[in-house]
Amino acid sequence: MQFKYNKYAVKDLLKGFGSHAVLILVSITCLFPLAWMFCSSFKTQQTIFRDMSLIPKEFHWENFAIAWTRGGFGVYFLNSVFYTVAVISGLIVIASLAAYAFSRLEFRGKGIIYSTFLAAMMIPIPGAFVALYILLIKLGLVNTRLGYILPQISIGLSLAIYILKTFFDEIPKEIEDAAMVDGCSTIGIWWHIVLPLAKPAIAVIAIFNTLAVWNEYILAMIILQDKAKMPLQRGLMIFQGAHFTEYSLLMAGITITVIPIIIVYLFMQRYIIQGIAAGVAKG
Amino acid sequence: MILKLPVSLKKIKPGYIFVLPAVIMLALFYIYPFLKVLQLGFYEWDGISTKTVFVGLSQFQDIIFSDRVWWQSMWHAAYITILALVFQNGLALLLAMLVDRGLKYGNIYRVIFFLPPVLSGIVVGLIWNWIFNGNYGLLNHWLSNIGLGNLSRSWLSDPKTALTCVAIIHMWKGFGWAFLILLAGLQNIPRTLYEAARIDGASAWDVFRKVTVPLMIPVFVLVMVLTVLGTMQIYDIIVSTTNGGPGYHTEVPVSRIIARMLYSSQFGYACAMSLVFGVVLVILSVAQMKISQRLKQT
Repeated sequence: MQFKYNKYAVKDLLKGFGSHAVLILVSITCLFPLAWMFCSSFKTQQTIFRDMSLIPKEFHWENFAIAWTRGGFGVYFLNSVFYTVAVISGLIVIASLAAYAFSRLEFRGKGIIYSTFLAAMMIPIPGAFVALYILLIKLGLVNTRLGYILPQISIGLSLAIYILKTFFDEIPKEIEDAAMVDGCSTIGIWWHIVLPLAKPAIAVIAIFNTLAVWNEYILAMIILQDKAKMPLQRGLMIFQGAHFTEYSLLMAGITITVIPIIIVYLFMQRYIIQGIAAGVAKG
Repeated sequence: MILKLPVSLKKIKPGYIFVLPAVIMLALFYIYPFLKVLQLGFYEWDGISTKTVFVGLSQFQDIIFSDRVWWQSMWHAAYITILALVFQNGLALLLAMLVDRGLKYGNIYRVIFFLPPVLSGIVVGLIWNWIFNGNYGLLNHWLSNIGLGNLSRSWLSDPKTALTCVAIIHMWKGFGWAFLILLAGLQNIPRTLYEAARIDGASAWDVFRKVTVPLMIPVFVLVMVLTVLGTMQIYDIIVSTTNGGPGYHTEVPVSRIIARMLYSSQFGYACAMSLVFGVVLVILSVAQMKISQRLKQT
């Protein structure tokens, strides 16, 4: 760049080629298994073990229809969408209410309550699902959708509150004061002013939790026994257990599972990079 | 009563109403399970009957001194963790440094490398299951194509290779995380430092050792702690590939806890296991942070 016309230019160019060669090799390693999965979902049971080429000779789109109906992936898919939407909206409402209170409102015990949330963020309990299961039995929430949604809201809660409170702290108070003078209630300020302003922070929280909920497996395995209530990850394991040799249908099921999350990822990836960069900066 | 309710509600400070849902969630789904695990570690309980028997420290004794499978599972997770720390993070650092030098189209790699991490352990496991399959797997197919057919085996059900194969799958899924975090850290280093070093005639190795490494220590620690915590708790990839087998060759702590809880109904024992496991994880994280503080001072 700056060294355009001296010996460094040639050197940099060569270095650039070398770097790209390494990076492209690793990229292929990343992408190949996915391409393989995707292409195999178009093959038939007869050709799948003989035709080892990446591009199938003929495309059997019906695999997706069969997986969707007979494989039950239609039900699992809608369940996953429902759980993701429910957890994310619940999480954002609960976390932003609390974060707003921690940032703006005065009440006794605020510091202690906030510190408790921070501590909960720092100390993960491996195997907390054992006690969670006991709790859900007591609440009568085992094998219910609510019993699967609530624990997942709580998993993301502390970090979401932390991110939102940090964000609210940086918003100037004047806008809210003006709204207050105009007779807006606290809840009105939260809904009409603070939430719309916090969109970038909410996007980061939403994307990371969408990944977590869509990909969650352990809780789904412990809590849900009804096929009708299961999300995709659990459905995949059920399908694999029952039809472990029907690879083309399994690959179709995996493709159905993976495509929405890849689309969400490609559209939202700048928020992922932002979120990680912010996390690194804070250490 | 009904008419009076709104008035009395108004007397409560809005702050309490705003934090109430979050506090209920935290108390129910974090603090309660935490205390319950703590308590049940000292009790024998089958999960169904109303009878719990206080057994003191005996379950912890059993786990620590006589549960061989438990310590095997701990070692398996540690083995995968060590591989991930060295190879996954080493590769991630190398690639991050390549992209950090202001490579054209560097952003594309960022997008591609983070694809495996957005997939679930189940999905990743099921895809690789097929690649490593003994009868019709891709790996064996390729090996026989290049004349190395005698190397082919059932990779995930051979005790010699199963654990390492699981580790490879785990690293394939995880290195994008390490890459993104390390790259973000590298990009925080002011470019002027590199230019100054270059003008002073420092070699690339010197720049790496004297400029990059000292400034990156906090980021290295972050990546290491996340790698250790994430890898020690590996489970989804195990379930979807080997399910702990062959024999107990790929059992990990989380799969042991789940087995005790769901398949042998020993809830107290499972809780004691998670406590032992939790303590090990806390010790590991604290140790890494302490070591990094030492490094910073010298």
